[in-house]
Amino acid sequence: MKTVTFDSPAQGTISYVDKKRGLWWMSALYPLFPITGLVLHGLTGIELMLLVPMAAAYIFVPLFDYLLGEDLSNPPEEVVAQLEQDRYYSRLLYLAVPLHFITFFAAVYWIVTQDLSMAGYLILAVGTGMTSGLGINTGHELGHKTDPLSRLMAKIVLAVPGYGHFCLEHNAGHHRHVATPEDSASSKMGENIYAFALREIPGGFKRAWQLEKVRLQRKGKSMWSPSNELLQSYAITAIIQISLLIASGWMLLPFLIIHNFLAWWQLTSANYIEHYGLLREKKANGSYERCQPHHSWNSNHVFSNLLLYHLERHSDHHAHPTRHYQSLRNFDDVPALPNGYFGAYLMAYCPPIWFAVMNPRLLKLQHIQGDLSKVNILPGKREAMEQKYASLVVA
Amino acid sequence: MAKYQCPDCGYIYDEATGNEHEGYEPGTRFEDLSDDFACPACFVRDKEDFALLEKSSLKK
Ligand SMILES: [Zn+2]
Repeated sequence: MKTVTFDSPAQGTISYVDKKRGLWWMSALYPLFPITGLVLHGLTGIELMLLVPMAAAYIFVPLFDYLLGEDLSNPPEEVVAQLEQDRYYSRLLYLAVPLHFITFFAAVYWIVTQDLSMAGYLILAVGTGMTSGLGINTGHELGHKTDPLSRLMAKIVLAVPGYGHFCLEHNAGHHRHVATPEDSASSKMGENIYAFALREIPGGFKRAWQLEKVRLQRKGKSMWSPSNELLQSYAITAIIQISLLIASGWMLLPFLIIHNFLAWWQLTSANYIEHYGLLREKKANGSYERCQPHHSWNSNHVFSNLLLYHLERHSDHHAHPTRHYQSLRNFDDVPALPNGYFGAYLMAYCPPIWFAVMNPRLLKLQHIQGDLSKVNILPGKREAMEQKYASLVVA
Repeated sequence: MAKYQCPDCGYIYDEATGNEHEGYEPGTRFEDLSDDFACPACFVRDKEDFALLEKSSLKK
């Protein structure tokens, strides 16, 4: 247990032990988890064992979130600078990068060398894709840093799911416009996840290219110059996936397509639940108020947070995007998800359940209290919502 | 040459060095940055939010 201390002139010595410090290995090693499915399949010869990692993630993680509950503790603000300078935390982040490649290549090896049935092939493609979607989470934490090493690592890890435009889209697009109707990565009340995906995936792609075009113009460079950071990451993807296709033949093509799509879908799922229906107020001059903690759905569920580098402490993340994962705080009275992300995704995939749980939760939020003008609502859905939630909506 | 600081993340825009990654050449005046300039580190503060740093307030 490492103790950080701070000598405060007013309060004396403040000492703090980060109880989660050693537990962040869970986030770093989690990308390897699908390999347990390959091992179990190899040992037992039962193909269905390939399903174990995915089933475990979606049954046991929500269950552990429910059983272990929430961690509401925060580091004292005085020691945050020291926590963020502790290289241990960033090393754990860098470690996850090669592990994503190991899992991806192990799955490809398995597809090529094992005589899998159609079902086994699909399970492996979907499971590996979901884990590469987790690579976007690793890239997310890295991509909020401005040092060249983190930037490079982010581009490399985003090459696994083929989502090299994520960092730019996320930082300069999503963060800037979050919780507004204009943001393609903020979901609206009444919008189901499948409709959202059709807005979010192309919307993010277009916005990233637009932003990169403007950045390159300032540098006097063309869109197709090697300085284009989106192209840099896509190039790694192309080299890897095309070489694999040449080496293994067309039988790998469905795997790659399913894998890439499922990875993007993971990000879509996260974006869908993170700001559902939340809206920043427009100021008199037409711009939006600053993003506050109540503009994100938060989760303090300890187990899934430890698997996701604290991503679920999303309120603090959006209010202060450059805070490192180890110092993200809980805030009282922010919009709270009923379970961690894994459980919330399952709800989102079944829109009637999602709407039944989340619409009342949204309307009851302290800053909304039934006022639909304070909700990011799908155009045309207002009347239906007024009728359906008549007891919660204030006219 | 002046320096301006982001009130949220602490990023400092130094006119003398500009910001190479974002394409602001050394010597680019803060006032010449476009009106939709956002903090290149956190992206959640705008040009109007940046605070001019007096030379005396700088420790380095
Ligand atoms: Zn900033």
